[in-house]
Amino acid sequence: MPKDTGLVSWKDLAPGMYITEPGNSVKFKTGDWRSHRPQLDKEKCIKCGQCYLLCPEPAYEENEEGYFICNLMYCKGCGICAAICPKGAITMVLEEE
Amino acid sequence: MGKRVAKEVSIAVADAVAQCRVDVISAYPITPQTHIVEHLAELVNNGELDAEYIPVESEHAALSACIGAAATGARTFTSTSAQGLLFMYENIFIASALRLPIVMVIANRSISAPISIWNDHSDVMTIRDSGWIQTFAENGQEAVDLVYHAYKVAEKCLLPVAVNLDGFIVTHVVEPIEMPDQELVDKYLPPLKMKYKLDPKKPITIGAIGVPEIYTEAKKALDEALKASYKVIVQAWREFERLFGRKYQPVETYKMEDAEVGMIIMGSLAETAMNAVNEMRKKGKKVGLIRFRLWRPFPMQDFLKALGKVKALCVVDRAVSHCSTGGPVGIEVRSALYQSNKRPKVLNLIAGLSGRDVTVEDFMEMFEMTYESISKKPKFSYQIYGVKE
Ligand code: SF4
Ligand code: SF4
Repeated sequence: MPKDTGLVSWKDLAPGMYITEPGNSVKFKTGDWRSHRPQLDKEKCIKCGQCYLLCPEPAYEENEEGYFICNLMYCKGCGICAAICPKGAITMVLEEE
Repeated sequence: MGKRVAKEVSIAVADAVAQCRVDVISAYPITPQTHIVEHLAELVNNGELDAEYIPVESEHAALSACIGAAATGARTFTSTSAQGLLFMYENIFIASALRLPIVMVIANRSISAPISIWNDHSDVMTIRDSGWIQTFAENGQEAVDLVYHAYKVAEKCLLPVAVNLDGFIVTHVVEPIEMPDQELVDKYLPPLKMKYKLDPKKPITIGAIGVPEIYTEAKKALDEALKASYKVIVQAWREFERLFGRKYQPVETYKMEDAEVGMIIMGSLAETAMNAVNEMRKKGKKVGLIRFRLWRPFPMQDFLKALGKVKALCVVDRAVSHCSTGGPVGIEVRSALYQSNKRPKVLNLIAGLSGRDVTVEDFMEMFEMTYESISKKPKFSYQIYGVKE
């Protein structure tokens, strides 16, 4: 692991470390602390979109074919999508696999 | 100039808060702060003050509401004592870290157990490291004047300010107090304009997570902001003097110019200690008194200057820091001296816990003990004075 030397100078922080640019959390990749990732079985998926609606991140995006695909840059591996999928189309697999 | 009227200090403090045209008051009653918030509730209720009064269910909520209101750009006020301050505790640090200009009056009272409603400084000393600007009043007039000053400073520095006054000894006493004309207060205190605030038209995030890559920088920024507040605090007192005619400075001294033994104390007991200085001087002992009006940021240079050429210093603490190297003020003073070339002997005594009387005679004895410490090294680094064996 490289040594953490800070993200930004204290002088450049807004007072109170406010975030003054709305919606900039998309720039912050939060998907690196996951132990399991969701794996979609398109055969079983009925494109109902419940995974998309219930993912707390939200990490799902709809593709041209109407499938909901997880963006692993943001997925934290909570497993909600897998638990909620009515068709059992999502399985959580260990990151190492 | 305003009129000098006899007023209970709590009522005068509340009137001063009203004169500052606060938008939101959020408080939970606790002795001895009660009269302050009750009077404010009255003023709002009878239409004399156009403010939102939130009668919250706890002190934790009281400060939470102030935090939320201040984040939208409102001028806020809260007040508490002892257990109430402790119940606010986690929010105390959040208010300063989020740079919200909240003003809080603390009617200083001892912390339980044993249950006590009487005065000492054990409550406020628990928040000394919190990043709040902290001032201490000696009497009613000063308490009132520190309220106007608190808003001025808080809003210029974007930092919360705690104004401390001794419970009962100051809060419940009727004193002749000069209340300034509203016009003058308005001149001193223009409406609050926050550069960043919660506004749906211009969204920002307040209170985001500080990952290890940024937490250190956030703390450094707060530390520098508090350090920089010193100048604003002093300037705000200068402007106060120009407008209101009363002069205040971070550290007050009494007969320190030629003193060989000095004493440090905070709050209202300084008035008794001044009498002791006079008595000692009648006996030919050159003693003097130093009082911190500003406690945070610690007024290092003013303190060192105030010391003059004393050979020994008696630091009288109003709180215990159990089994550390002294009382909170004693620890601070010794640490400050270590960084300077001045090395008077320091005798650290803890006195006046929970309203225990400290008389002129007591202070005289403390001075004598300090004289003794010059030739004979004390066997303790701090001692609780006047305890019955
Ligand atoms: S595992 Fe959790 S975070 Fe990842 S996609 Fe599913 S619901 Fe979203
Ligand atoms: S919840 Fe299951 S079935 Fe529905 S869209 Fe998501 S993966 Fe497909």
